[in-house]
Amino acid sequence: MLGEGILKGLAETAKNFAGSFVSKERMTTVEYPEERLPLPEASRNFPFLVYDGSDWQAGLRCVACQICEKECPPKCIYIEKSKDKKPDYVGKLQIYPTKFDIDISVCMSCQICVEVCPFEAIKMNNEFELATDNRFGGLLLDRKELAKSNEYYHQIHPTEAAEVDARLAAEKAKAEAKAKAAADAAAAKAAGAPATPTPVAKPNEGERKS
Amino acid sequence: MNSLDVKTERVEGWNRPPVIETDGEGELLEVAMGPHHPSTHGVFRMDLALDGERVVRLKPVFGYLHRNHEQIAETVSYLAMMPYTDRLDYICSLTNNWAYALAVEKLVGQEVPERAEYLRVILAELTRAQNHASTIGFLLQEMGASGTPLMYAFREREKILDLFESLTGSRMMCNYMRFGGCRVDASPAWLDAARKVVAALPAFVDEFERFLSGNEIVMARCQGVGILRPDLAVNAGVTGPMLRASGVNYDIRKVDHYGIYDRFKFRVPLGDHGDIYDRYMVRVLEIRESIGILEQALKDIPNGPVMDPKAKIRGFRPKPGEAYGRIEAPKGELGFYLISDGTPNPYRYRVRPPSLINLTVLEDMCLGSNVADVVLIFGSVDIVLGEVDR
Repeated sequence: MLGEGILKGLAETAKNFAGSFVSKERMTTVEYPEERLPLPEASRNFPFLVYDGSDWQAGLRCVACQICEKECPPKCIYIEKSKDKKPDYVGKLQIYPTKFDIDISVCMSCQICVEVCPFEAIKMNNEFELATDNRFGGLLLDRKELAKSNEYYHQIHPTEAAEVDARLAAEKAKAEAKAKAAADAAAAKAAGAPATPTPVAKPNEGERKS
Repeated sequence: MNSLDVKTERVEGWNRPPVIETDGEGELLEVAMGPHHPSTHGVFRMDLALDGERVVRLKPVFGYLHRNHEQIAETVSYLAMMPYTDRLDYICSLTNNWAYALAVEKLVGQEVPERAEYLRVILAELTRAQNHASTIGFLLQEMGASGTPLMYAFREREKILDLFESLTGSRMMCNYMRFGGCRVDASPAWLDAARKVVAALPAFVDEFERFLSGNEIVMARCQGVGILRPDLAVNAGVTGPMLRASGVNYDIRKVDHYGIYDRFKFRVPLGDHGDIYDRYMVRVLEIRESIGILEQALKDIPNGPVMDPKAKIRGFRPKPGEAYGRIEAPKGELGFYLISDGTPNPYRYRVRPPSLINLTVLEDMCLGSNVADVVLIFGSVDIVLGEVDR
């Protein structure tokens, strides 16, 4: 019959049009700036640096090992090491980055840096409204702009952050136990009883090396 | 193929288009179709020589999107190349990941845990379904059904992309598979969501077919147009739905037994005539077979680790040697060829892209047809320029 296809097509259109008033399922779009869909927890965009405590400079977890700089596929990370050392979250003296720049106009959001970081220092943000009118410096983030608190990390990736915290706490407990054992051994040595040469702490030695 | 003896001579005068004079049979018009033509799915140029409306010569021009993909691989580590493979065929990044992971796993002799194999099959078949759906949508768009079928296809594709995003963190640039497994595990909630999406897919395919398979315009434009003979398809190395539409039974999932495809029951749809309609139909049927595989995989998926605990993802040096990993990607045989010289970077990295090789028979399919059909024939090849030019 002539025009049968048109009628069939229009019937489908009418069904979807009328249905969109009834069921939420049929509304496939949202009016973006006013209405937003919640992002899934795994969603990632650009990296940021995690710090503990309230002072970003003191609490930065990064120790400038430069593994992420080396592994980054588009080479958008630039790190400069410090000359001096400062204590990290377990109290061990570590060097820190005096310069940590990420050019997010080059970054391709692959999260390889997150995977290779042995110190849980770099994580993925999910902020995506980053448009800027400064075409040169606006997308080159330095370490101050990259630093975000651990609380913020908990906010955007709750389950992942909890896992990371548990892992870090276990590591810290281990390091403290090791320090205590070493202190005890030193005390015992000082007391003049070299009975045990303390081989206990040996297995932990290579732990922090990647 | 060209029977006309063509002399290329520019005609003097500023107000005439460049023409090629033939031996007394009138003039041929040279048209550069693309690189910025909406039907070329990106930046691709076809240099056509037309006799009226009829195509007498077609020269494809590649390379507008060349990004040094293979050269970059030789300068970065094996792991750092994984996100770059997402950008080859950006519609189906997960199958690209799988093919590359397979090649590296062959190179270093790495085993993959059971659950990771199942996850890979699930993600690859979801990728195939969404790729074929959007390909059909684009084909209809080029046939003149502007927008509506494409939007219907994209509505379904969005649901699958949402699944990808909640598992891998990104909708299209997934970067999910690793040498020796997958990056993160799928939660039970994700598997339930996947089951829901898969359960809704047959209704979508039915709806698509109800409007398209018997449609007068689709049949008039597609049947008997752009025929690819099976012998030419085999000789040219064409793979994927295009080869099967010509009636050649060749599916790497069945032939190469990679992954765990031996465990699933599925059929390989074949065409009879090798025209555009057969390619459309083979893709529709492949979505249906993918749904079957997905249902089986989502039912049987075991618990366990998704990553081999002994696997090294970073800083490994494979022994000198070579490996070729290939899979049946939605567009055809996607292969990665790697040579290692014992350093952390590959010595040579080569992609066998299905899009480029399927495109080599474009001239043979287009000769003698109208200009309007060239757009359709090109659309039915199903290419992504990111993979053609690399």
